[in-house]
Amino acid sequence: MLERLRSQRLLALFCAGLGLFNFPLLALWDRELTVFGLPLFPAALFALWALLIAALALILEGRDD
Amino acid sequence: MVAAPLVVGVAFAYLLLLFAVASFGDRRAAQSRSVIGNAWVYALSMAVYCSAWTYFGSVGRAASGGVWFLPIYLGPMLAMIVAWMLLRKMIRIARAYRITSIADFIASRYGKSQALAGLVTLITVVGLVPYIALQLKGIAVAYALMTQPAGAATATAAPWWADSTLYMALALAGFTIVFGARHLDSAERHEGMVAAIAFESVVKLLAFLAVGGFVVWGLFDGLGDLFARAQAVPELARLLTLGQGKAFAYEQWFALTILSGLSVLFLPRQFQVMVVENVDERHLKRAAWAFPLYLLLINLFVLPIALAGRLQFGAGANAEGFVLTLPLAAGQQALALLAFVGGLSAATGMVIVEAIAVSTMVCNDLVMPLLLRTRRFQAAAGSDLTGFLLGIRRAAIVAILLLGYLYYRLAGEAYALVGIGLISFAAVAQFAPAMLGGIWWKGGTRAGALAGLGAGFAIWIYTLLLPSFAKSGWLGPDFLAHGAFGLELLRPEALLGLKGLDYLTHSLFWSLLANAGLYVAVSLWRPPTARETSQALLFVDVFRRTASSNPVFWRGRARVADLLPLLGRFVGLGRAQALFDAHAQRRGLPHRDALPPDAQLVQFVETQLAGAIGSASARVMVASVVEEESLGLDDVMRILDEASQIRAYSQRLEQVTSELQQANEQLKSLDRLKDDFMSSVTHELRTPLTSIRALAELMRDDPEMAAEQRQEFIGIVVAETERLSRLVNQVLDMAKIESGHAEWHTADVDLKALAQQAAQTTRELFRERGAVLALELPEQLPALRADADRLMQVLLNLLSNAAKFVPREGGRVQLRLQGDAEGATVTVQDNGPGVPPEQRALIFEKFRQGGDALNRPQGTGLGLPISRQIVEHFGGRMGLRDDTAQGACFFFTLPWRPNNDGGKP
Repeated sequence: MLERLRSQRLLALFCAGLGLFNFPLLALWDRELTVFGLPLFPAALFALWALLIAALALILEGRDD
Repeated sequence: MVAAPLVVGVAFAYLLLLFAVASFGDRRAAQSRSVIGNAWVYALSMAVYCSAWTYFGSVGRAASGGVWFLPIYLGPMLAMIVAWMLLRKMIRIARAYRITSIADFIASRYGKSQALAGLVTLITVVGLVPYIALQLKGIAVAYALMTQPAGAATATAAPWWADSTLYMALALAGFTIVFGARHLDSAERHEGMVAAIAFESVVKLLAFLAVGGFVVWGLFDGLGDLFARAQAVPELARLLTLGQGKAFAYEQWFALTILSGLSVLFLPRQFQVMVVENVDERHLKRAAWAFPLYLLLINLFVLPIALAGRLQFGAGANAEGFVLTLPLAAGQQALALLAFVGGLSAATGMVIVEAIAVSTMVCNDLVMPLLLRTRRFQAAAGSDLTGFLLGIRRAAIVAILLLGYLYYRLAGEAYALVGIGLISFAAVAQFAPAMLGGIWWKGGTRAGALAGLGAGFAIWIYTLLLPSFAKSGWLGPDFLAHGAFGLELLRPEALLGLKGLDYLTHSLFWSLLANAGLYVAVSLWRPPTARETSQALLFVDVFRRTASSNPVFWRGRARVADLLPLLGRFVGLGRAQALFDAHAQRRGLPHRDALPPDAQLVQFVETQLAGAIGSASARVMVASVVEEESLGLDDVMRILDEASQIRAYSQRLEQVTSELQQANEQLKSLDRLKDDFMSSVTHELRTPLTSIRALAELMRDDPEMAAEQRQEFIGIVVAETERLSRLVNQVLDMAKIESGHAEWHTADVDLKALAQQAAQTTRELFRERGAVLALELPEQLPALRADADRLMQVLLNLLSNAAKFVPREGGRVQLRLQGDAEGATVTVQDNGPGVPPEQRALIFEKFRQGGDALNRPQGTGLGLPISRQIVEHFGGRMGLRDDTAQGACFFFTLPWRPNNDGGKP
């Protein structure tokens, strides 16, 4: 039951990741801006990546409640 | 530059250190104190994914394409999200059936097919040759950059015997053999190697971060400064945008993501560290996010280093060497050496694991099946083949590295590192349909997998491998420009006229389309055979299988005397005997000689053999020593049914067992009670019997006895006999009530009259004890539906008990009768010693008597249980009040109209 919920969460996260890293969502970051001196596009890619890792860790390491 | 002997010395010192780590890991494993039984080590070992490609190639890619180095790491990120479902299933399957390579995995899934095992191995060997070449090239370039003065022409082509890269390849082969093919392990586990790989992962990450930190904060004034200066150069500013001035190639981005996602799952070295070397599948929980985190960290400084290199050296420089040339140019020789060691780590780690994995495949899935077919090999049947197996593996390792070197010489110059690596990735991606379909779709067949893999591989060769030769000048340029045989439709990078895709996406599209399409179509063409079905069931439903209900799809006759030597040939006789003993122990047998040669044993031997020589070869070897019946599809289904029934039975059995255990406990306790009762009853019986016998003997031996005395003795004998019959009657009475055979004469009973009668009957008893019986009766009570004689029995029992326990003088017993709307309550209160709390629950149980055994008054221990049975028969309740200050207070209640109306027999 809980295992099934975990699997569904992971699948949802996978779909989110696939969407975020591809067209057209990726095009949202194509602006000539800098954040804290960093160019927006590469910075956004790394930020999204870090976000996915955090979500994945949360889902997998969460208590088996 | 750094002196060449220093670089070589550092490199060898580092490899020796690595070897020390490995042998430490092996030693600890031998002591069962594994250093790799840890999720972090597991995650670090996965980072063998980061090879020279990551270390040198990514920077090169970033220097010319900006963020285009990233999809290769975003793919694994996405793959790791589903690792908990996908990888865990692979791990479970591999562990259950002792699968040691990806070729074995696919072959085993599709009916243990030797042809499939061979094809997968072939694809792997051919596909990975460019990848090995990439590592060799990476180290060669790094070495040249370190040892040659800046700006010198790099790597002028030396003749092969003078090429240091060849000797490096041989040295790497030597190291790989030391790491992975020193001895034969039937589980193909290499703890020391994993420890070394994890160590290497730490080294390469730290080295890369150190260089990155130095470049960003040493050469520049932080990231902001670096990016600001890069953006001042229009050419570099473009690198930081999405489209870089052109339309963004989304399809290529997507293809790279998918390609790397599949590769991280199906590359032989990843399969080796993630599946075969996995210690505990729960480690996946942490490794699945820690590994992507590692990838993120090692990629953090790729873009800054690439930009810094471009700013420093301009567009013409060799960007793949920036990690080394930036510190060297700044005079940081130590840092450059560290970076070199990091790159060496990345390349050697990949080569070692990949070569070990591929050598296992070559040995088990290519060479073994061929050897097993030859007569001469069959003839040499008796001998121990473990040494021979090791020999094959070592030769395979050397051959793979030499092939890598050959490719490096032939085609290494045409592509950048990343380009070479992608060719290998595309080959490995061909496993995806057969693998993913194999573990989630029961319908896939051997023919489908063969057709899919074959077609995918052929298209890969035609659209990626051959063009890579053509671009290096080993094939005529006409092949690329006009296609094979001059047919425009067959142009390898625009097959059937498909344009608009880059060469990689183009190849991936066609090969995977043909692969997946044929896999599904051919699988659906014919129904699967029995063997394919049985393997499909074992793989797809692996999470539903447990050791006890695992179906064994085998039928036939075997002999232990054949099976044991067979296993011994491939794993060594001593080890085979130990395995048999362990198996016997698991089945609850004392010794291996007691093992029955049944399907379970045959399967055990086959699984153990599969670990040593691959499942397809194991199948052939086992079939050669046993007589087996071929199974039909019906048989497979029946065996499966039986297995699931067995599972259902075993669950039911567990339930029944626990019920039986409870019942048994109850029975044991009853048995103890009966023993107590028996000793008590026999004691009770013996006392009167002894006196009867003694008196009778006296009268027999003394005919002169006075008549008076004789009369007195006879009186005692009669009284004792009455006591005996009473005891026997009570026992019988109890038995009757309990078994439901008692007779009940239900009528209207006047309880008040009954109480008075009982008092009358026991008056003499109380008088003898010098006790007083007080009655407290209401004026009027309704009639009660009950059996008057039985109720009398209850009242007399309570009163006589009270009489027994009151003190000799001054005893006082009160019999109280009350009525309310529900029914009547009778209370008998005495001023005796009372019942100790711990005995209160017991005295109503059969054969239990209050008081200690020595001092208690005579009784059978049946009075109270019988009384309670009678009261309960009429729907009432009997108990002992525990709120009295002194003495015991027994009570019982009876409803006016019992529900069953006393009608129960």
